[in-house]
Amino acid sequence: MAQGVVAITEQRDGTLRKVSYEAVSEGRRIADALGTGLTAVIAGAGVGALAADLKAFGPDRIVVLDDPGLAEYRTDAYTHAVSTVLKTLDPAVVVLGATVQGKDLSARLAARLDAGLAMDCTAVSCTGGAIVCTRPMFGGKLFADVQIQGTPQLIAVRPNVMAIATAPREAAVETPAVELGEVRTAVVERLMEPGGKAELTEADVIVSGGRGTGGNFKPVEDLAAALNAAVGASRSAVDEGWRKHGDQVGQTGKVVSPALYIACGISGAIQHLAGMSTSKVIVALNKDAEAPIFSKADFGVVGDMFQILPAVTEAVKKLKG
Amino acid sequence: MDIVVLVKQVPDTESLVQIAADGVSVKKDEIKWVMNPYDELAVEEALRIREAKGGTVTIVSVGAQKAQETVRTALAMGADKGLLVNDPKAEGSDALGTARILAAAVKSLPCDLVIAGQRAVDEDNYQVGAAVAELLGIPHVSLVVKAEVLEGKVRCHRSVEGGTVVVEAPLPMLFTTQRGLNEPRYASLPGIMKAKKKPLEIKTAADFGVDAARIGVAGRRVVVKALRLPPQRKTVRMITGETPEALAAELVRVLHEDARLI
Repeated sequence: MAQGVVAITEQRDGTLRKVSYEAVSEGRRIADALGTGLTAVIAGAGVGALAADLKAFGPDRIVVLDDPGLAEYRTDAYTHAVSTVLKTLDPAVVVLGATVQGKDLSARLAARLDAGLAMDCTAVSCTGGAIVCTRPMFGGKLFADVQIQGTPQLIAVRPNVMAIATAPREAAVETPAVELGEVRTAVVERLMEPGGKAELTEADVIVSGGRGTGGNFKPVEDLAAALNAAVGASRSAVDEGWRKHGDQVGQTGKVVSPALYIACGISGAIQHLAGMSTSKVIVALNKDAEAPIFSKADFGVVGDMFQILPAVTEAVKKLKG
Repeated sequence: MDIVVLVKQVPDTESLVQIAADGVSVKKDEIKWVMNPYDELAVEEALRIREAKGGTVTIVSVGAQKAQETVRTALAMGADKGLLVNDPKAEGSDALGTARILAAAVKSLPCDLVIAGQRAVDEDNYQVGAAVAELLGIPHVSLVVKAEVLEGKVRCHRSVEGGTVVVEAPLPMLFTTQRGLNEPRYASLPGIMKAKKKPLEIKTAADFGVDAARIGVAGRRVVVKALRLPPQRKTVRMITGETPEALAAELVRVLHEDARLI
């Protein structure tokens, strides 16, 4: 009978991404609730040393899939390697981060394993052995509580949501032979943006601009720089060509959950609210006191963003010394 | 080149979505139904590839009778023919169930390339494209912002956190669309007129040999126990001040001292 919990981690360029610790911590909580063990899986090339980074977060066992063929994420190679391990371990539950890679991998894994997948979950509860996952649908306009039939139950957790908790224990590390299967895809090139800019879905703080910027994002960018934040945009700002598509927060853009979301000159169309409603604290700055964004915000400021934002940036700089 | 595009009819993103009396589904009336925005990109990309390379574009969808409108919209944009699987047994399928039906339907068609939206903006599952590819036994690339069809393969620019990765996969393959891929055309009036005469077949899941036990509500692996509204935030706290500087100082103070965020 399927038992145990597996957390699949994600690394990039030899560093575990933050969501990996979130997935392992959530995996530990589920394993404790089920009274079972947790196995963490690391996949990549030359990634053996990463096992040491995970031990503090509570896996009983760490499986390292170390193969040159896993250097770059390729759906087919990763699906084969990870599904091979899962077939051996036969877990009851698999947790991973719902990142770009995690969404792609989990979707293919679910079909390969004929397993149910709860995508992009913002909460997982476990009562009497039954796991209920909460996942936003319709871009967060509704929350669904879902239960997965059969095993393994695949749970992809939204980045930036699950708490990271230390639970040190001595984990056994295994490095089994890796099977890649028939790999038909090839990574030809990586075109990464320079400067290690904060990625929206991983950022702790996001400053977003909308139509109210009139296309001038300078005050938004300045505040973001002062807060070490990522810059987001509403759909109308993207449609106007002021920002690129990758910056769009909303139902047809990125769904984000930062600790702090500052919406500047954004009226608050349902489209946009859908993409940021799970942010922990929302600040709205708009010249229109009736803008719908204020009904979704924790803190509101009515006024001219071109006057207020530079003052906020100065105040943040002063605070940070 | 024979291209199949998977489309879904979804509520417009500006519509208010309400929970139905059963507590586990949404009210279907009073909603403006549209083509999933990511599927519009898929239709547009297929048309562009056909314009460059020749071939056919076939639209495949699973949905209610009403979903014919969405297939028709794709035909009006310029697709050649449509196939809608409309089957009460398929209603309420989860992502894997839907993928099972779509994969079986695609298998019945001549097909070199499948294009799908990266996700449907109703259930936000991000699963169907990848699952269809898996069930068809072909490679897939997700979140594509640029696709170049080369000799026997497709070079895809895949959008990832912090940049783009260029991935090649041999045909037949499937890719899913991301915003930035193209700007979908509107259906022209002559296009709409022509679409009325284009073939649109309506089939059942059984027509493709899909096991009824593995689709629909009965076949769900992901069972919805309850739908609810997202937790409401406390009433907004308005920051006041006489000058921009005073407002800014007060905002930074509350974020620092009260919310402990900066």
